[in-house]
Amino acid sequence: MGSGFKIVPLGLDAVSVEFGDAISIDLNERVIAFADAISADPFPGFVEAFPAYSSVTVVFDPRVVRRTSTTTETVVDSVSKALSERVDAAASRSSYERRILEIQVDFSPSAGPDLPECAKRSGLSIADFIRIFTAREYRVFMLGFLPGFAYMGIVDKELEQPRRPDPRSRIEKGSVGIAGRQTGIYPLASPGGWQIVGRTYVEMFLPRSDRPALLAPGDRVRFIQS
Amino acid sequence: MGMLILKPGLLATFQDLGRRGFGRFGVNPGGVIDTAAARIANALCGNSDSEPVLEMNFPAPEIKFTSDCVFVLSGADLDARLNGSPIVSGRLRSASVGDVVSFAGRRSGAIAYLAVRGGFLLEDWLGSLGTNLAAGMGGFHGRAVRKGDQVEFGEDHSAAPRLIASHTLFPFYTPFPTVRFVRGPEHEIMTDRSAEVLRKITFSVSANSNRMGFRLSGPELSPIEPFEMISSGVNFGTIQLLPDGRLIILMADHQTTGGYPRIATIIPTDLPLVAQLVPGDKIGFHEVTLEDAENLFFEFERDLNLLRTACKFKLDAQNRP
Repeated sequence: MGSGFKIVPLGLDAVSVEFGDAISIDLNERVIAFADAISADPFPGFVEAFPAYSSVTVVFDPRVVRRTSTTTETVVDSVSKALSERVDAAASRSSYERRILEIQVDFSPSAGPDLPECAKRSGLSIADFIRIFTAREYRVFMLGFLPGFAYMGIVDKELEQPRRPDPRSRIEKGSVGIAGRQTGIYPLASPGGWQIVGRTYVEMFLPRSDRPALLAPGDRVRFIQS
Repeated sequence: MGMLILKPGLLATFQDLGRRGFGRFGVNPGGVIDTAAARIANALCGNSDSEPVLEMNFPAPEIKFTSDCVFVLSGADLDARLNGSPIVSGRLRSASVGDVVSFAGRRSGAIAYLAVRGGFLLEDWLGSLGTNLAAGMGGFHGRAVRKGDQVEFGEDHSAAPRLIASHTLFPFYTPFPTVRFVRGPEHEIMTDRSAEVLRKITFSVSANSNRMGFRLSGPELSPIEPFEMISSGVNFGTIQLLPDGRLIILMADHQTTGGYPRIATIIPTDLPLVAQLVPGDKIGFHEVTLEDAENLFFEFERDLNLLRTACKFKLDAQNRP
């Protein structure tokens, strides 16, 4: 990928710094490193920066940027310029201390209603599906969708699943889902379209903590059959 | 010092200007959907810009003040009444203990705001007093108000001088606005025909629209070739092109990221016009440059600052011993 990136405006108070358009560990490393670097050494008017798979959303207050700017260019241009300089300076790997978390998952039929269908689609027995699914260590690429919802991957090619054509109006809290080659845990009961293969009783959303999610981008997760 | 909810209305929540700094944990900013109306209400009250206000849909709540207070209504015209007598919004008013605010019918717009001088005493969650319904946190017990809720006010003993916000400061609410947008990152994936349709044809607001997003119905737009992208950043006002060719405008409770092409972003100056639409209303789009969009943004900020300063001056003068 080299040092290629582009900065695109998302309206007047945010830009997206895009390093690519793929689910890749290398790209995501750059993303997390850049989000950390910009948060640690912000420009005037900076509000927050958060990682997606291969891009960083940077939010700012246009009023502060304008007040502190010495040029007549647009706010978005001056933020983009400040960010470009920092992309070049940022490391390709974050210094974030990667944690490995083990999460117990219940794969019983009531906990994972889509598991039989998923196994069938993959041409595997349920036991083999679980064995392959739990053999791998998953990376947390980003959080989104719901507070504490971690997008993880990369799921074995053999286990790849389509989204449900008819999303459920309610998925139970703690449900472990697969969509494409991503996996994730619903931190709260919510509507959703992922295939539900199991359920954990570990709290993913920690509203009373100033770090309100169990998982953070860059963490690694192992599922253990309970 | 406070107010009692006599009737809850439909999903009325306390909102401020949003919760920032927790996007990396999937916590979306939320906040008021019509920022102009909410900020003008706070300016008239002499409150800080980010003071929470009660965001009300129609049917709106019926509220009894349990202490004397000074308040402002703003946003949609829901035929507001004070003890049954019609009152207009956009001005500072005094109320006495026992007075009742109610709303008799929706006349224009969709969302009204109640601000009180001194603010409401609410629950802080991650640095914001606004309600996050998905998480069940912040605001008043993390939920919409219910019948019988007693909501307390912050300290305030001031009388109300005559303060009215100029009409020109409020966005001109209409059920068929043309709103301005800047191009989004994936604007160029549309066919020329679709790009033209976006600018020339009006769309209707669909029934399944809420604080997360407004779905539009109308002509289907199409990408030049099938387009797939992975989840990346979105914003309040982002217009996404869905796989079925329809559009969705992301609103205040949008998620932090999304996986559909971002063809445009509605400018902040015009987002209040979108916020006040109801299903069936029509909306058209007009492209502006980023530079024009920023100029409009700063123009409103200047006007609001003038109002805020003038109100502070009058309120201070009134309450000088």
